[in-house]
Amino acid sequence: MNADVDVAGADRGKRDFLKYVMGAGLVAWIASVIYPLVSYLKPPRQAEVEVTSIRVGKLADIAKDSGTIVRFGNKPVILIRTPNGQLQAFSAVCTHLDCTVQYKKDLGVIWCACHNGKYDLTGRNIAGPPPRPLQEYKVILQGEEVHISKPT
Amino acid sequence: MKTKRKKLIAWFDERIPLRDLVEFMGKKYVPVHRGSVWYYFGGVSLFLFIIQVVTGILLLLYYKGSEQLAWESIQFIMSKVQFGWLIRSVHSWAANLFILSVFIHMFSVFFERSYRKPREITWLTGMLMLFLAMGFGFSGYLLPWNELAFFATKVGTDIAGVLPVIGKPVMIFLRGGEDVTGATLSRFFGFHVAVFPGLFTVLLGIHLFLVQRQGMSEPLGGENSSDRGVMPFFPNFMLRDLLLWLIVLNVLAILAVFFPWELGRKADAFASAPAGIRPEWYFLFMFQTLKFFPPQVLVVDGEVLGILLFGLAGLLWMFVPFWDRKSSRGESNRTVIYVGIFVVIYIIVFTILGWVL
Repeated sequence: MNADVDVAGADRGKRDFLKYVMGAGLVAWIASVIYPLVSYLKPPRQAEVEVTSIRVGKLADIAKDSGTIVRFGNKPVILIRTPNGQLQAFSAVCTHLDCTVQYKKDLGVIWCACHNGKYDLTGRNIAGPPPRPLQEYKVILQGEEVHISKPT
Repeated sequence: MKTKRKKLIAWFDERIPLRDLVEFMGKKYVPVHRGSVWYYFGGVSLFLFIIQVVTGILLLLYYKGSEQLAWESIQFIMSKVQFGWLIRSVHSWAANLFILSVFIHMFSVFFERSYRKPREITWLTGMLMLFLAMGFGFSGYLLPWNELAFFATKVGTDIAGVLPVIGKPVMIFLRGGEDVTGATLSRFFGFHVAVFPGLFTVLLGIHLFLVQRQGMSEPLGGENSSDRGVMPFFPNFMLRDLLLWLIVLNVLAILAVFFPWELGRKADAFASAPAGIRPEWYFLFMFQTLKFFPPQVLVVDGEVLGILLFGLAGLLWMFVPFWDRKSSRGESNRTVIYVGIFVVIYIIVFTILGWVL
């Protein structure tokens, strides 16, 4: 009687062992199929040229009371010349949902057309849904040349 | 001639027992009652989907899914390809009518509470197809690579990005990178012409199979349905269906000819979002709600809260057969009707506000 039970026990042990081996094999197999697929879906990081400063142009070419979008690496930056001639630059990416802002002359504000967000000319969010102010960039005048550089 | 046809039918019948099928179809009836008119919107949606498949394949013959060529290829279709303007306008218009028809179909099923036992799976597959239809709309909108589409996609994918924890990876997955670029266009193109049609076809198969298997749902409290009897599906209801499809096709043709779809300006990542930008009308009510949300509600960002609320509402709506127990028992449930009326009014009011403001 006892021997029978032992044999059955040993059998079960063998069977369990096989079950674990097969189970682990299956999991490993599934993982080896899924892993490359999921990795494939993730876009690779592309090396970007780190831009720290750009040259925009001559001060005389920038009209008073205007705003222009300039290319800063692969990001848009808005350069504003206020009615009294002051230069100011901000990231043109609205802090709400990623649209590109514009200078609204009649209201004297920076405006995002997507959800009617407004910023004042210091980049502060003053109306609408934007949760944060625009990131400020530095404007540097070298003689007549206007440069924009990243805030440090 | 007649014997030849009979022989052909016999040839098939010997191999695939067609007679069973004919008999099954002969026994198919459509209940006649005051709500019968709503039965047609499922068929109209199906017809518009077929139109989308056909015109979509035609557009694929000339469309080029890349940042440099997408906008130009649509311009080519619209101006150089014979009847290209027609095919593209029909595709755009049919997409809009499809969404409209699917919404009407969904709300009529909701108010008739036809989702109740035993049709929960039909409802679920239908809701999934509705979400897919919106996905079709969102992904297809980007393909012309114009200014409006570019910013709509920026906003739409950024909304996915504000979700806690999973948001950022989902956004990068959708965009194919940190920003909306040509990589996004390639992905959306793939979703639009391969992934979504595949999923949709499977869901549609299950949906239609269930409708055939279970027959048409009858209104709750059946006594007022039986007094006007039933109508055979073949040929009575089918002919009515076909007539309506013909009318829809004519409406489409009129819309496409007299109101051709615009192409707009080519997308430019270094231009400001144009004034008056707004998403497609079926996203307007959500768009408008987000506009009204304050930037911050307690400690949570307004849009995060808005999106989570919409997500929750969508889930509750989708699982209505499981929390509306009363309808499954054949009792009337006022709560569901009030919820439905509230949702319809909300969508209509916020869509109008989105247009006007």
